[in-house]
Amino acid sequence: MSKKQKNRLARIIIGGCILALLMVLSHMSLLPVADVNGYNLVELFLFAVPFVIIGIDVITEAVYNIFRGQVFDENFLMLIATVGAFVVGEYEEGVAVMLFYQIGEFFQDMAVEKSRRSIKELMDIAPEFANVERDGEIVTIDPDEVCIGDIIVVKPGEKVPVDGVVISGESTLDTSSLTGESVPRTIKADEAVISGCVNVSSVIKMKATKEYEDSTVAQILELVENAGSKKGKTEKFITKFAKYYTPIVVLGAVALFIIPSLITGEWFEWLQRACTFLVVSCPCALVISVPLGFFAGIGNASKRGILVKGGIFLEQAAKINTVVFDKTGTLTRGVFEITSINPVEGVSKEDLLRIAAHAEEMSTHPIAVSIKEAYEQSGNKVDISIIKDNKNIAGHGISANIDGKQVLAGNAKLLSDHGVEHDYVTSAGTVCYLASDGRYIGNIVISDVVKPEAKEAIESLRENGVSNIVMLTGDRKEAGEKVAAELNLDRVYTDLLPGDKVTKVEELLEHNDKHHRLAFVGDGINDTPVIARSDVGFAMGAIGSDAAIEAADIVIMDDDIRKISKIKRIAKFTLNIVTQNIVFALSVKIAILILSAFGFANMWIAVFADVGVAMICILNSFRALYRK
Amino acid sequence: MKKKFVIEGIDCANCASKMEEAINKIEGVNSATINFFAEKLTIDADDDKFEDIIVQAEKACNKVDRGVTIKR
Repeated sequence: MSKKQKNRLARIIIGGCILALLMVLSHMSLLPVADVNGYNLVELFLFAVPFVIIGIDVITEAVYNIFRGQVFDENFLMLIATVGAFVVGEYEEGVAVMLFYQIGEFFQDMAVEKSRRSIKELMDIAPEFANVERDGEIVTIDPDEVCIGDIIVVKPGEKVPVDGVVISGESTLDTSSLTGESVPRTIKADEAVISGCVNVSSVIKMKATKEYEDSTVAQILELVENAGSKKGKTEKFITKFAKYYTPIVVLGAVALFIIPSLITGEWFEWLQRACTFLVVSCPCALVISVPLGFFAGIGNASKRGILVKGGIFLEQAAKINTVVFDKTGTLTRGVFEITSINPVEGVSKEDLLRIAAHAEEMSTHPIAVSIKEAYEQSGNKVDISIIKDNKNIAGHGISANIDGKQVLAGNAKLLSDHGVEHDYVTSAGTVCYLASDGRYIGNIVISDVVKPEAKEAIESLRENGVSNIVMLTGDRKEAGEKVAAELNLDRVYTDLLPGDKVTKVEELLEHNDKHHRLAFVGDGINDTPVIARSDVGFAMGAIGSDAAIEAADIVIMDDDIRKISKIKRIAKFTLNIVTQNIVFALSVKIAILILSAFGFANMWIAVFADVGVAMICILNSFRALYRK
Repeated sequence: MKKKFVIEGIDCANCASKMEEAINKIEGVNSATINFFAEKLTIDADDDKFEDIIVQAEKACNKVDRGVTIKR
């Protein structure tokens, strides 16, 4: 609680007690009467005491604001409203309304304070310091002062201050505040570490590869803090609304005061009504709760490792009905793995893999790499001494002498060219055929593997109202269709060049109706134009890729495509809350405005319509922060 | 030059947007945004008058609502 808040609370309590005491005395007729022109002067002065105690800040603010030409602020309205009650001889009501208003303000401030605290907690990923090795000594400096190439020591419990590479030590990192992923990540020498992660188990030494400003943590904070600047339609509407709304109600109130008064001559009565009218009309409930709702939704998403770049994208994400995926690296892992080893009779799988690994020893082709990896993972090592005169036959494969045998490893054409008879594999993926001394010995099929969570991700998208799931790929028809069938996608387009992807997305956009949105999910680097063209561009794996952060509207930090349906849920929930607030605040206000114009609403109800409604809306917005 | 400041003492979101508007009108300010909930002011202004602009910005905020401080 701030000093201002404590002060207000104390005044509420003291003033409230005095008011209660005076009310009791007054009702028991224990107060002396000094009647002047129908005013009981003793009561007037006695009730003025708690009035000033409770409302001193309102009074001074109002007077101060009048001198600066800022009339019609809340304080001013409360002052005329309550003084008006005194003027008509309703002393008790005058003080009580002020008390009620202050209590409302108190709770409203508490609600704002609480939301600020939780938001700050959420953004509490910034490292406070860095332990840098300078001239053989370790000095503690501000992360801002770290230079590229500095050697940094990170102890257990400390945050990684800037992005960098581990040079010594092995440890586990808690990345949960960045990715929402609760399983700690193991790191060792030569592996990249991201700023903002917490070192869990043991001391590591790392080298800074980026300055603080360009590091992941600074970029995330920048994004979340500036998310407010990309306002959605709803937010813009509210800002515009407040601009026109305030002068209109003020004029209405003036008219309400003057016109009937001229006719009836009851100036006090209509002044009261006009004041009530003005208090009700305060737009604060909307002005605070709508942006807060969006901010809370964005904050919630970022807690789960999803960065949303602005309220507008949250609005769009709630309406997604079509999701277009890039294949490689998004639905699949983007790494080639052996999917089957098919030796001919008389040859063992192990032998076939061993021969292939030795043949591919010199090659850096992704297929060669995956064969070698598989061989090494089975606990063997390539013995270079048995490989002789290996030749790379461009576009076809390799020929080499292994253990005295002439081996061919490559595509079907390589074997045919050498007159080796072999079978043809028609499955998806890339096939490496092998021959030894002119005899076919089998083949190895290598393909990209579907991410294990992809199936679940697609299913949960369907559950969340995404009716059209499409895959675009530059890959061959067989490979693309196999993945599409495995994941039960609605449509697949294969053999696309990067430019074709944009055209396809544009086609899909044209077919989509006005109320729905198309999302594209790509790995961010080569898909940039498509990400930019779609309604909502998702980039995967922002960790380490600046291009992704730049291009996308929504960034999923840890590559987990299940988060697309999660963000749609959060977005929908947030939008619901915002709509609830708008409908609730406006309908209550309009109802009470009408009542007050006809004299059916007193100041108590008016104060509720102002601060009470604002508080309810703030608390409601707050729920967007915790929705799972 | 673009810089971020902690801004304290803003009580209401409506005031924050009025302040934002006022700061944007100061000469030499290219853009200014206030994040009410994070209590952050991001200001992009001409280098040579930067200090002066911050002083003016604080004044402009206080004109909207008293008791606002920009922490430097």
